[in-house]
Amino acid sequence: MTMVHRRRRASTPRRLGRLALIVATCAFLCLFLLVPLASVFVEAWRQGAHAFLESIDDPDALAAIRLTLFVALVSVPLNVVFGVAAAWAMTRFTFRGKALLGALIDLPLSVSPVVSGLLFVLMFGAQGWFGPWLAAHGINIIFAVPGLVLATIFITLPFVARELIPLMQAQGTEEEEAARVLGASGWQTFFRVTLPNIRWALLYGVLLSNARAMGEFGAVSVVSGHIRGLTTTMPLEVEMRYNEYNYVGAFAIASLLALLALVTLAVKAALEWRFHADTDVVAAARRRGT
Amino acid sequence: MTLALKQLTRQFTELAALDDVSLDIEPGEFIALVGPSGSGKTTLLRILAGLDYPDRGTVMLNGRDFLAANARERNVGLVFQHYALFRHLSVRENIAFGLRVRPRKRRPPRADIRTRVDDLLKRVQLDGLGDRYPSQLSGGQRQRVALARALAVEPEILLLDEPFGALDAQVRTALRRWLRELHEDLGLTTVFVTHDQEEALELADRLVVMNRGRIEQVGSPQEVYQAPATPFVCEFIGRTNKVALRRDGDAWRAGAWSIPGPGTAGSAVAYIRPEHLALAAADGGPGWDAQLRHIYLAGSVAHLDVHVAELDLSLEVDMASDQLGGLAPGALLRVAPLHGVAFADDCTRWAWGTGLA
Repeated sequence: MTMVHRRRRASTPRRLGRLALIVATCAFLCLFLLVPLASVFVEAWRQGAHAFLESIDDPDALAAIRLTLFVALVSVPLNVVFGVAAAWAMTRFTFRGKALLGALIDLPLSVSPVVSGLLFVLMFGAQGWFGPWLAAHGINIIFAVPGLVLATIFITLPFVARELIPLMQAQGTEEEEAARVLGASGWQTFFRVTLPNIRWALLYGVLLSNARAMGEFGAVSVVSGHIRGLTTTMPLEVEMRYNEYNYVGAFAIASLLALLALVTLAVKAALEWRFHADTDVVAAARRRGT
Repeated sequence: MTLALKQLTRQFTELAALDDVSLDIEPGEFIALVGPSGSGKTTLLRILAGLDYPDRGTVMLNGRDFLAANARERNVGLVFQHYALFRHLSVRENIAFGLRVRPRKRRPPRADIRTRVDDLLKRVQLDGLGDRYPSQLSGGQRQRVALARALAVEPEILLLDEPFGALDAQVRTALRRWLRELHEDLGLTTVFVTHDQEEALELADRLVVMNRGRIEQVGSPQEVYQAPATPFVCEFIGRTNKVALRRDGDAWRAGAWSIPGPGTAGSAVAYIRPEHLALAAADGGPGWDAQLRHIYLAGSVAHLDVHVAELDLSLEVDMASDQLGGLAPGALLRVAPLHGVAFADDCTRWAWGTGLA
């Protein structure tokens, strides 16, 4: 009897604590995420739809949008190929230096983006290692589009591989071995067995690396040179307009980037829902199996 | 169609997974590789499937080099312990996989694949479940899909890696009998890996008992059970009592009981099956005085836990339940080993009693 009584009395402070934590979390998220996000859209539309549309329908803004899309379109597919290859190597083979490779894949996440940008300037800039050779052959990398693409690839390198490695580790190699014994070639095994098993995680990785590719500021800022209409991506254009006190213009483009983030978030949530259904099956099979 | 394995050796970093293994597998044979985990049986199976390669040794099939063919050219069927079904494909598509990935020249037309899959579904008693996904099936059903998938490519050799290891006891027994019938129906050569000696004894034409990468004994279930070749086989296959023997003139002795036997070594170990220990009334014949401690009744057989004070040893005695009579714990008995196998320190092996080689 006393036990029950005691437990009941203890539950009231516990309920209060739970409520306090939930309220604190929500308040924090509102203050630091929702309000700023909403303010981006409010600022962008402050002077009405006309001003908003005008600041987007402007040659420099359109060039920035095109360049951003181009950079993402080049870097994301390359990262898919690299990410799948790296995940395959990390989970299907044992070799010397595997731990080192794992650490290298994560390197871009732990290095400051500005440092990453400077690395490329150091290599390909006018004073850099390959600078004179490149200049002699008339190839521009720094302060030109190739530099932007290179920096973006570097920054987004880990996203696909990091999504795939844990999943492929959990799924193991048995299905692929079964396919081989059944007579499938290496490519058939990949396209008919491996790829379908990792498709949701892969898509999720693509989404993350796309969001980062379009939103990257630091590394891109270092190699860009801020040439309007030529080497300015959307985040850089936002900064430049802001520095010119063109608030509506800056927030108009910022709102497009924010919209991209929201769409990414929504698709990510949908994928996670799908993807979890898949991994639950894996987990359940493993529980039953062993 | 004889598959001849010669001196296969496979070394993993520390451990010899296979150590000089030679074996002939005859066509149409049902062979069980049995041993504890780490004994090399799965490595041997993976080498036959083409998923692993030996460091040394050869495998010949009708005089041609089997190891030179890669996994996709070997025409073997492989069934895994954890099924390894393609989770994103329906049962039907799982079974058809091996036919669909064939080069266009050898690929059967769609309609033929369909009928073959239907036939296989019927054969594994899953008709009507073809459109389900693996996650919607029970363990026993999944393993039958895995079997159908392996059989679809019409393999000459069926390899099974602990196929019933993840299933519960009842399903396991039912599938065992069914697998044996399937093997006879199709006239396949089947190589079956298991750590369950009972399963191996029940299913196989021949047992290959493995331990630490070596073959301890090859023989029919009867040979292996009744005439174990090594101490390991004695302990691993079936249940057994271990009794230490000392040299005593021309005989070997354990307490009040002794038996004539060869050898010059000082000590030996006798292995005696529980059903080969005879109970007699407590009179003066050769044997040990013992006290009955407990009776474990297991249906038709009763397992008796009997303690021999002079050896300070507990023995297990099996007898038919209906022969128990009025026996009760605490009863004083006399126990005598009728048959047994013994191994001396110098590795001499001898057997006594009838029915043992």
